[in-house]
Amino acid sequence: MKTIIIFPRTGAFAENKDIAKDIRVNEIIPALNNGEDIALDFEKVDAATQSFIHALISDVIRKFGSAALDRVVFKSCAETVKKIISMVADYMQEGQTPE
Amino acid sequence: MTIYRDSRYNIDMKLYIPNSAFLGNIDPFLKNFDPSSPDVLEISANNKWISVHPMVLSMIAALGLTVDPRNIHCQKLEAKSRHYLARMGLFKTLQIPFETSFVSHESAGRFIPITQIRNSDELSGFITDMIPLLHLESEPARTIGYIVSELARNVIEHAEAGNGALLCAQYYKKSNAIRIGIADTGVGIKQTITRSHPARTDLEAIRLALWPGITGATSREGGTEQNAGAGLFFIKSIASINRDFFVIYSGGALYKLLKKTAAVKPRLHADPYEDRHSQEENLPLWRGTVVGADITLDQTAEFSALLDAIAGTYRAAVRERVKARYKKPRFI
Repeated sequence: MKTIIIFPRTGAFAENKDIAKDIRVNEIIPALNNGEDIALDFEKVDAATQSFIHALISDVIRKFGSAALDRVVFKSCAETVKKIISMVADYMQEGQTPE
Repeated sequence: MTIYRDSRYNIDMKLYIPNSAFLGNIDPFLKNFDPSSPDVLEISANNKWISVHPMVLSMIAALGLTVDPRNIHCQKLEAKSRHYLARMGLFKTLQIPFETSFVSHESAGRFIPITQIRNSDELSGFITDMIPLLHLESEPARTIGYIVSELARNVIEHAEAGNGALLCAQYYKKSNAIRIGIADTGVGIKQTITRSHPARTDLEAIRLALWPGITGATSREGGTEQNAGAGLFFIKSIASINRDFFVIYSGGALYKLLKKTAAVKPRLHADPYEDRHSQEENLPLWRGTVVGADITLDQTAEFSALLDAIAGTYRAAVRERVKARYKKPRFI
């Protein structure tokens, strides 16, 4: 399992969507395509915006479907970060429509 | 703010800063705004007192940056509180002199002066520096950081504003509230939202922009990989749960979420028209978008509880919108 540590890239407040995109495009999706599972480690991240989490995982769920959540785990999340991740995961599955 | 047209040249505008303009009484200030031909800007103000919301200062700064500094003329300000404008960085931002020297106080704990944010890195740096300036506890700091991030990123990503976002904030001890204003002179919400959703008027566009799951970036539910269409809905929801004012002004339209009394239990709505609000449609044209928000710290709900409420409303809204597009079986 590949572990991606978020804090060194974002600091305690994860809000920069460009960083989220960079992680998604260059690390998460290539790893999943290579059959690797992912742990996103949010240790020391106090808060995140919904926009950041959306930019980080929404396209992963869109591309890989709900099965993405079997292959990506979220580690050491603060309570509010957990809630935002759950919200994004929910609405991405709720709103799945054909392109 | 009143802008008088100069009939001799027909190219300048005069801008009057009133004695009071906060989100509750900001409508007259906006109604008197005449934005046509902004080649010359003349600033005057109430002689007795100036006390205005940061939204007003952000607007003046954003507007001023569209004018050559040599064409901005500021009358000698007489109001006792005139130094406030200087301390908030208005004259520095507009690159015009302030006639009286003044003692510049340490800003920590009280205000964030007018700040121009043009890109993502500037925003991240600003947010890091901002929280210590306001000396906030962790819960309100989280809320304020969230609001500033979402609003400024909207400008950076969607507004096409050459001057970026102009924002400032002020802590008011008496009401224990933070007031935030952010303005841009970009394309405005209607142009952005109608890239993917039909909106006939500026007000319709604002309504759509506040609706969860709607973004100008796509007509698809759930947004694009970079945009969920949730930023403004989140901020309106934060203000709503905290019973505070929230104002959005773009083009000729204004949407104002009204303050709620403590007796009213706040409820979140996907449709901003279901919230207690006021609206205006024929205001002077603001080329861009302005947002003002108040966050009363005594009432700031725990961020975690806010997220629970927002998540439920958001999920239901997406579900309803998807369901509305389901094909129905035909029974013959």
